[in-house]
Amino acid sequence: MTLLAPETAPPPVPRFDLRRLGLAVAAPLLAIVVALAVAAVALLVSGSNPLTVYARMLEAGTTTRSLVITVNNAVPLYLSGLAVALGFRMGLFNIGVEGQYQLAALLAAAAGAAVTLPGPLHLAFVLLVACLVGALWAAVPAVLKTTRGVSEVISTIMLNVIAAGIAAYLLTTYLQEKVAGSNNSRTPRLDESARFPNLDPVLHALGIATPQGTRLGGFVLVAVVVGVVYWLVVSRSRFGFDLRATGLSPSASVASGVSAKRMTIVTMLMSGAIAGLVGLPQLVGHSYSYGLDFTSGLGFTGIGVALLGRGSPVGVAVGALLFAFLERSSATLQRIDVPSEIYVIMQGSIVLSVVVAYEAVRRAGVAQAERAVRRAVDPEVAA
Amino acid sequence: MTDVPVVRLAGITKRFPGVVANRDVELTVRAGEVHAVVGENGAGKSTLMKILYGMQRPDEGTITVRGEPVRFSSPRDAIAAGIGMVHQHFMLADNFTVLENIVLGAEPTRHGRLDTTGARAKIVELSTRYGFGVDPDALVEDLGVGDRQRVEILKVLYRDARVLILDEPTAVLVPHEVDELFASLGGLRAEGVAVIFISHKLDEVLRVADAVTVLRRGTTVTTVDPKDVTARQLAQLMVGSELPTPETRESTVTTVTELTVEHLTVRSPDGRTVVEDLSLRIHRGEVLGIAGVEGNGQAELVEALLGLRASSGTVRLGDTDISDWTTRQRREGGIGYIPEDRHRQGLLLSASLWENRMLGHQGRAPFSKGPWIDRKAARTDTERIVREYGVRTPGIGVPAFALSGGNQQKLVVGREMSGDPSLLVASHPTRGVDVGAQAQLWDHLREARRSGLAVLLVSADLEELIGLSDTLVVMLRGRLVATLDPATTTPEILGSAMTGAAA
Amino acid sequence: MTTSQVAADKVGEPPRKTRGVRPRSLLLGAGLLLFLLSTVRVISGAEDITSSGSFGAALRLAVPIGLAGLGGLWAERAGIVNIGLEGMLILGTWFGAWAGFFYGPWIGVLAAIGAGALGGLLHALATVTFGVDHVVSGVAINLLGAGTARYLSSLAYGGDDRPPGSGATQSPTVHGLPEVSLPVLSSGPDLLGDLEDLHWFLVSDAAGILRGLTGDVSIITLLAVLLVPLSVFLLWHTAFGLRLRSVGENPVAAESLGVPVYRMKYIAVVSSGAFAGLGGAALVIGSIYREGQTAGRGFIGLAAVIFGNWRPGGLAAGAGLFGYADAIALRTNDAVRGLLLFVALLLVVVAIRQALQRKLPLTVATVLIAFAFFLWYATVDTVPSQLVGFTPHLITLLVLAVASQRLRPPAADGKPYRRGEQT
Repeated sequence: MTLLAPETAPPPVPRFDLRRLGLAVAAPLLAIVVALAVAAVALLVSGSNPLTVYARMLEAGTTTRSLVITVNNAVPLYLSGLAVALGFRMGLFNIGVEGQYQLAALLAAAAGAAVTLPGPLHLAFVLLVACLVGALWAAVPAVLKTTRGVSEVISTIMLNVIAAGIAAYLLTTYLQEKVAGSNNSRTPRLDESARFPNLDPVLHALGIATPQGTRLGGFVLVAVVVGVVYWLVVSRSRFGFDLRATGLSPSASVASGVSAKRMTIVTMLMSGAIAGLVGLPQLVGHSYSYGLDFTSGLGFTGIGVALLGRGSPVGVAVGALLFAFLERSSATLQRIDVPSEIYVIMQGSIVLSVVVAYEAVRRAGVAQAERAVRRAVDPEVAA
Repeated sequence: MTDVPVVRLAGITKRFPGVVANRDVELTVRAGEVHAVVGENGAGKSTLMKILYGMQRPDEGTITVRGEPVRFSSPRDAIAAGIGMVHQHFMLADNFTVLENIVLGAEPTRHGRLDTTGARAKIVELSTRYGFGVDPDALVEDLGVGDRQRVEILKVLYRDARVLILDEPTAVLVPHEVDELFASLGGLRAEGVAVIFISHKLDEVLRVADAVTVLRRGTTVTTVDPKDVTARQLAQLMVGSELPTPETRESTVTTVTELTVEHLTVRSPDGRTVVEDLSLRIHRGEVLGIAGVEGNGQAELVEALLGLRASSGTVRLGDTDISDWTTRQRREGGIGYIPEDRHRQGLLLSASLWENRMLGHQGRAPFSKGPWIDRKAARTDTERIVREYGVRTPGIGVPAFALSGGNQQKLVVGREMSGDPSLLVASHPTRGVDVGAQAQLWDHLREARRSGLAVLLVSADLEELIGLSDTLVVMLRGRLVATLDPATTTPEILGSAMTGAAA
Repeated sequence: MTTSQVAADKVGEPPRKTRGVRPRSLLLGAGLLLFLLSTVRVISGAEDITSSGSFGAALRLAVPIGLAGLGGLWAERAGIVNIGLEGMLILGTWFGAWAGFFYGPWIGVLAAIGAGALGGLLHALATVTFGVDHVVSGVAINLLGAGTARYLSSLAYGGDDRPPGSGATQSPTVHGLPEVSLPVLSSGPDLLGDLEDLHWFLVSDAAGILRGLTGDVSIITLLAVLLVPLSVFLLWHTAFGLRLRSVGENPVAAESLGVPVYRMKYIAVVSSGAFAGLGGAALVIGSIYREGQTAGRGFIGLAAVIFGNWRPGGLAAGAGLFGYADAIALRTNDAVRGLLLFVALLLVVVAIRQALQRKLPLTVATVLIAFAFFLWYATVDTVPSQLVGFTPHLITLLVLAVASQRLRPPAADGKPYRRGEQT
């Protein structure tokens, strides 16, 4: 089967000297510059001065209120990016995060509303259900790939639509709570015990006053924990070594004793479990129920975030914050007659230029490494 | 007229960043001549042919075709000048018919449509003239190796080439196919086609060539008449000195059996039997050499022993039946593995040397602490291998692809000798390695054998097989067909046993 | 097996030019389908199963899918996976509607093709010149395409001076292109229409289907349908096509024979975008641009490529099937329910075939599934529309799961290619 993810996912940058690290940082910076240039063209087309717009974005985006909102919005993007990035590290494209989190959020909302449990336990239960549902839905492409050789790229795209259909069906039939005077179908609200506390007390203790109506969601803590665990597993564990080896060379890792099928299944399950959490900052943070208006599209944006951050959790965090910042800071542009959708163009061109830049940097790195070795050893006659 | 050579390369020099691949190469080929170009791996044969075929441009030197100086910037130019090439790895689209593969790039058209009728007629005519018997409408994926090679040659002839470059054409053929190929070459010679025959199989070269040019370390050593030299003399011209002889001095074979294979049968995914009812036994301190023309099941045997390929039969390591073990269990159980293709199976090319040190050993001490890996231990042990095996590298943090082939192989061998393996499965351990590194690797193998390692050695290098092995077996069509004593065997005897001539 | 044996085995067989389906079995299959559909219509009483309305809608809905699919086919035949079709389709819809409203429908069509081709050029630049992973680049282009359309939409239709009927996420109505009908049979005397109204078994069904496919067909639809045989001709019967396909099968071999690999890939991917752009035009000309209106049709187009085993005919069949599923879902629920019966009957036919081939366990399984569908048909009154919506996606998954061994994608599809580097 082709349409397969090609044998190599974006390989991690092997750290061995500062210049190389410099090259790696140069790529995203270059991409941002290119994206700003592309957006500038779009703005000029609309008759606005790009510099004015950027200044306005910087100003509007850096107020305390905006920063809090940026962090809040970055959390689901971060989780979504990590779910995708985990697959990338072993050459798997999990394009199905979208469907995995939609289904997970719906069933977690319904299950959470259906049970009564004491405080933290109730919350943990909701999280667990979300992870399980995400993982199970991700198991479908994993099993199709390992048993039938079906490319996960195509199967996850198809499963996204199927998940959306199933979610819509379940929501409008079995899981719906009738609300008088509203035509929005939604699940029953979660009890207080299943809601995640916000971090405002912490901010207040630090002397940062949050503006009225803006709260720093507590789920950011979960995101940090997931990030740390991700890093430990991928970079420091035997499993992570197998995972990265498979991403770099499936044939060599199989020869080293890695079971390719097992790796595919375990990785997809883990990726799906992370994906299951994507909708939860909203669910346990402020909406407390899953409705037809539940945020969608986070899975697709997460692919962009993952590409931006490559496999590293810090890179993904930076990518998520950047994406969230762009969206937030352009929200008020309407007032100066600039469509706030300019941020979508920026996000899209950042992703496209960053993948090109990473590829260019990779090649530069290859040439540089080869030169370094040649300097160190005598030139040999090569074939 | 006949005095003007068809092709003349003069003073060809080609540099790659930091490396000189060809230096002052001279080659003169006449019409109706089979001209062999021989040399070790890395001697610059491939680069030279890529230059002649327009795939690479020389930095210095001239190419003359029938007396006219030419300058090729792509294969298209070379084809237009009547030069065609059959690559070692066939360049065929499996999902295309023979006809489609042949006409590609030189398609006859009528009113904008592909003229398949005209093309078919021409192919059938060519195929009949040279006795190829190829069906133009067959799908290439249904063809065997010999037929595919004939399609490649037809591709060249279809373009009216007068010069045919054959890059290692016999590497993939079984003996009777080699005979058929050589018969075809006779036909081409009679039609006045010049054939450039690249090889390192000296007996074949002596059989078929009218002239032999020897390359060594990127430059021409000499051109000789095959009637005037022996295979051994040619080999010495190639290597440039007395051949290093990997002779094993004293026997270290013990009576303790380390590997027992009984009735092993391996089938390929398409159902063919590639290893058939094979049994063998290796003792501690013994090197068992497996000789055979490539493609007779050696690679499959090796992969089956490592658990990379499904097989039936029994495999025992010491007293333990490991037939049902996974690859990981086998490797952790003490099997070291030097794969035939180190790029595909032996290394993570874009990962650092120290990460490569752990590959295949990631679950074992000293790198594994519970579920975690110990990066420091990996670095320390990589330093050791770099030191002991003389891996030439600026550091252990460089990515593996940056090292030369020989140094990559030293790293792989060093890694597989670490961690006290009880059995080493070595597939072409010195392929593509320069002479100096080869001698070093042989020393390491001998030393390990002295300390009780059992080694299964698969190699195409007959000197290596004879010199290192305590026992030599010959594999043909998936079976062991002969057992020879390396002390009394010569490459000639071994060579004929490999083709099934002697049993 | 020696050469002469191989050659001998083939004697008497006609030369296989392409490995497609033979015309005779094609006709037989079509006849069988018609028979099943008629039977279902008569039993279930759902006239929409074979009505001209359903088939007209199916054709209309199949066009964007089929055009996106043709785009996928061209790109993948040249070895480039194009996940970015959705983004190119979106670009086509926006520019098609915008230029169509301001400058007329024909200019709209050209603008849509141009916008799609531009997306294709971007994809070619990233994948061919810069060597970026095909899926990665495609995903990025989808983000960029959707973003550009949203921004431009807000810009063009979000202000106070917006054209009447438009809004920040939708364009005003674009004039349509002329529609054509088969004279006498589907228009004027409309003989097929009369025949359809008689509700005769088989005859009226055939009439309804034919009338649906030949009545009030938009010029774009006609163009799209003609592009299928044109693609067959260009890709399989010209030197250009052989070269284009060769870079998707074995680019190294193609390069060694002087085929300009990069140029062929560029041509294929830019054409791919142009097809998707035209698909976008098909959605908006005579209608409006609306955010989210493509609804993943670019992906379904890719699915149709897989369903059709990377061949134009199969792809057209896939697009037709998916279009039909969409059309039925949009019509009466009776028809959807009838479809359940149709699936059950189809499975019975499959089971008979399996039984003839003596695959007993498989036969039993198929019969059981057929029975399950029959039970579903017999026991429910309505089928939830949300579940019908993903029928094409489910079919694609099933085809992949069941037949992936028999599918034959281009051998070098999705693999990066660098000149002078052998893999």
